[in-house]
Amino acid sequence: MSVVTNTTTIGAIEAPSRRNTELAMLAFAVVIPVFAYLNVGLAVNDEVPSGMIGYGLGIGLLAGIGHLVVRKFAPYADPLLLPLATLLNGLGLVLIWRLDQSPRLIDRANRIFGSFTPDAPKQLLYSAIGIALFVAVLLLLKDHRILQRYTYISMAVALVLLILPVFFPAVNGAKIWVSIGPFNVQPGEFAKIIIAIFFSGYLMVKRDALALASRRVMGLYLPRGRDLGPILAVWAMSILILVFETDLGTSLLFFGLFVIMLYVATERTSWIVFGLVMSAAGAVGVATFEPHVQQRVEFWLNPFAESTWEQSDQIGQALMSFGAGGTLGTGLGQGNSDLIGFAANSDFILSTVGEEFGLAGMMAFLLIYGLIVERGVRTALAARDPFGKLLAIGLSGAFAIQVFVVAGGVMGLIPLTGMTMPFVAAGGSSVIANWALIGILIRISDTARRPAPAPAPSPDAEMTQVVRP
Amino acid sequence: MNKPLRRIAIFCGLLVLALLVRTNWLQYIEADELNTHEKNRRVLIERYAKERGNIVVDGKPITGSAKTKDTDFKYKRTYLDGPMWAPVTGYASQAFGATQIESIEDGILTGNDDQLFFDRTMAMFTGDEEKGGNVVTTLNGAAQKAAFEGLGKKKGAVAAIEPGTGKILALASTPSYDPSTFAGNSLDSDTPAWEKLKDDPDKPLLNRALRETYPPGSTFKVLTAAAALEHGVVDDIDAKTESPLPWIMPGTTTPLENEGNIPCKNATLREALRVSCNTVFGKLGFNVGKENMLETAKKFGFNEEQFVPVRANASIFPEELNDSQTALSSIGQFDTRTTPLQMAMVVSAIANDGKLMKPYMIDQLEAPNLDVIKKTEPEEMGQPVSQEHAQMLQEMMETVVNEGTGTNAKIPDVTVGGKTGTAQHGENNSKNPYAWFISYAKGENGSPVAVAVVVEDSDAVRDDISGGGLAAPIAKDVMKAVIDSKK
Repeated sequence: MSVVTNTTTIGAIEAPSRRNTELAMLAFAVVIPVFAYLNVGLAVNDEVPSGMIGYGLGIGLLAGIGHLVVRKFAPYADPLLLPLATLLNGLGLVLIWRLDQSPRLIDRANRIFGSFTPDAPKQLLYSAIGIALFVAVLLLLKDHRILQRYTYISMAVALVLLILPVFFPAVNGAKIWVSIGPFNVQPGEFAKIIIAIFFSGYLMVKRDALALASRRVMGLYLPRGRDLGPILAVWAMSILILVFETDLGTSLLFFGLFVIMLYVATERTSWIVFGLVMSAAGAVGVATFEPHVQQRVEFWLNPFAESTWEQSDQIGQALMSFGAGGTLGTGLGQGNSDLIGFAANSDFILSTVGEEFGLAGMMAFLLIYGLIVERGVRTALAARDPFGKLLAIGLSGAFAIQVFVVAGGVMGLIPLTGMTMPFVAAGGSSVIANWALIGILIRISDTARRPAPAPAPSPDAEMTQVVRP
Repeated sequence: MNKPLRRIAIFCGLLVLALLVRTNWLQYIEADELNTHEKNRRVLIERYAKERGNIVVDGKPITGSAKTKDTDFKYKRTYLDGPMWAPVTGYASQAFGATQIESIEDGILTGNDDQLFFDRTMAMFTGDEEKGGNVVTTLNGAAQKAAFEGLGKKKGAVAAIEPGTGKILALASTPSYDPSTFAGNSLDSDTPAWEKLKDDPDKPLLNRALRETYPPGSTFKVLTAAAALEHGVVDDIDAKTESPLPWIMPGTTTPLENEGNIPCKNATLREALRVSCNTVFGKLGFNVGKENMLETAKKFGFNEEQFVPVRANASIFPEELNDSQTALSSIGQFDTRTTPLQMAMVVSAIANDGKLMKPYMIDQLEAPNLDVIKKTEPEEMGQPVSQEHAQMLQEMMETVVNEGTGTNAKIPDVTVGGKTGTAQHGENNSKNPYAWFISYAKGENGSPVAVAVVVEDSDAVRDDISGGGLAAPIAKDVMKAVIDSKK
């Protein structure tokens, strides 16, 4: 094969589609969780789990559908995103199923609620819905730039989603749930995608105004109010609502999203400074009047203090879980991460990873997340339109911050804020929303890597090259 | 827009890097600290995850393990004759921790000790169920039984030692407790049992043989006699001493009283010990001097914690004394305090011709397959008195048993030496005194047993309390049990 060095950014040469690479990796992403499933069965019950074939087929089927849809409708998409998400989702299912086998958690549920319902089947259903949404995104969204049209509708939808939980009772101290019949939805997870769409659409239009038409105040370039106003208002409202709902993690996420997108859109470093100053002011401000926040900080600083232990031993238990895992882990099904109690399979699922997969497994997990973010940022770099760039960096930035906030909280690096580990933690909204997020990223990457149509031959080409005397 | 995008990429990279560094920190650097954290329930879970090894006396286990239905703890500790052996075993409770041998040898008993690494690895390959190792004690079941039954419902303690080796043969303390009653973690039965024991004014959880210090009373006169001989204050135990009666304590106008009207004026050392003269020994201690008294006491092990390997409190001979206090301390009053174990050590050194062996109660540690991992070798602690002086002390103590205050300890066909003690305590000696008896038995091959008995019985009528009456019969039964078991 003759190697053609492609030096232009936009070339007529067809880029390799990498669909077969994706398929091969997808096979891995299905086989690994199936073996993990077998491992749990053998460790916990000493037998090959009866649901093994069903589980393998289920995951394989879902991954296969995802792959076929990508092959057909987004042939140039990034080949890594789908396998990575599938691997995380599959391992997440195994971890949740493993915690479902915990006699300690079953005992606890029976004592407190009078009955125990396993979470793994629900999670499998949610995963299926998530992949269905992923497929729907790829089928319906032929070009991500369509989303641009819905800039202001997105704003309205995001605000509604954020306000909704106020009308529903708090669950475990946070008003982040909407309960409709048997279904509990966490609208914040969806709001993060929708608000990224709004920011992208708005910033794409206003970026020049924000970057250039500014006044210099105390060394900083401040934009005009009419440019910044709407976006600042939306952002402030989301933060206020979230503080009101004591959903700290999501407010942090939105804040980071806002700063990142503003910085990318305006290319002005002063926005970072501006953002950091505002976040510091905000954090101090919120911490002074919000006992919930003070408590979280206190728990973070002294996880083993007697006073902390009386109120919540979660952080301490999580830390000891990581310690118990050590370098190689106890092996699936053989740890005691369920000592953490009720949040073991949701907010704290990473503790089970830490204890049963050990340091080696934790690094692998974190690198998988890192790779997803990396592929997202790469998509942003490759995208040819500013809207696509902004949306891709917004979504992958949000994903990165979410991973950092949850993992950092569970590992005691930062105060715990209570969000879910994307794809792995039990919880429908999270899985479904993140599959949609991956769907959008795949769509953007497909557009970005799609070979540009060959330039139409110009009838004037000959003429312009002739210099006439 | 690509430049800021690259920077954001770096920022996201840093976020992931921070998490990677943190997970290394937690799982590699801090792992040990977290794994041994006092709040880490895994320690307890691990302790009861396998069948716990046993504590063995006379080749038979005095402990056991029972399977439970608990989600955290697979096995529960059980005890045979719990109250009798509690001062030896301590307890291992799922809810309330572990003490004494159960705690000190936890690694062997759970099978998690590094010394058992090989056995664990083998068990992994052979597929045997993992099990803890055993702790073989030096105790003598018959002696322990005699001690425990001798004390009966009375409050007190017994410590018996094999003088030639330092092996502890009996270690009893009453009132006692049954560690089985709170070995589990049930809120319905274990917690109330524990709470009740903890709040009991009779302190059944206290190991009186090792952890309680009593004024030794007249039994301490043996040590004073040893000091007098060692420091040359007395050369001949049958020579008359210069002991006036009444004897006014130096620096005071108070005469030192004797118990009753006994022939103490210028009595010989042998005679003074036989009838237990306060005046003679008070003056003798004063003549020996506080420095020399302290030196001898320390050689016997006073003023220092003993580890057998269970910790025993330090017995006290005061370091700061005026002359009259020296005199009082020398007859086992004032601030002199001792554990029963310490007095047993004093007698055992004398019975062993002056050589003090380090007391110990763990003979060997065994792997689950009964391979010996570690055997305790007898170890010499020192020579507090010379052989010659030790034999003089033996002679005097034998006189005490043959024709003195200790006749209740006589055993037919066995040479027995002893000393009684009735220790005053409380303000103005208002409380009922403690009855003491220390003694040893001797055969042709040296002494098989030295024993110290203390009975703190506040129910008895005051005049009935005497070392010879209350404590000597118990000592006799313990010695007899040891001798019989050797036959």
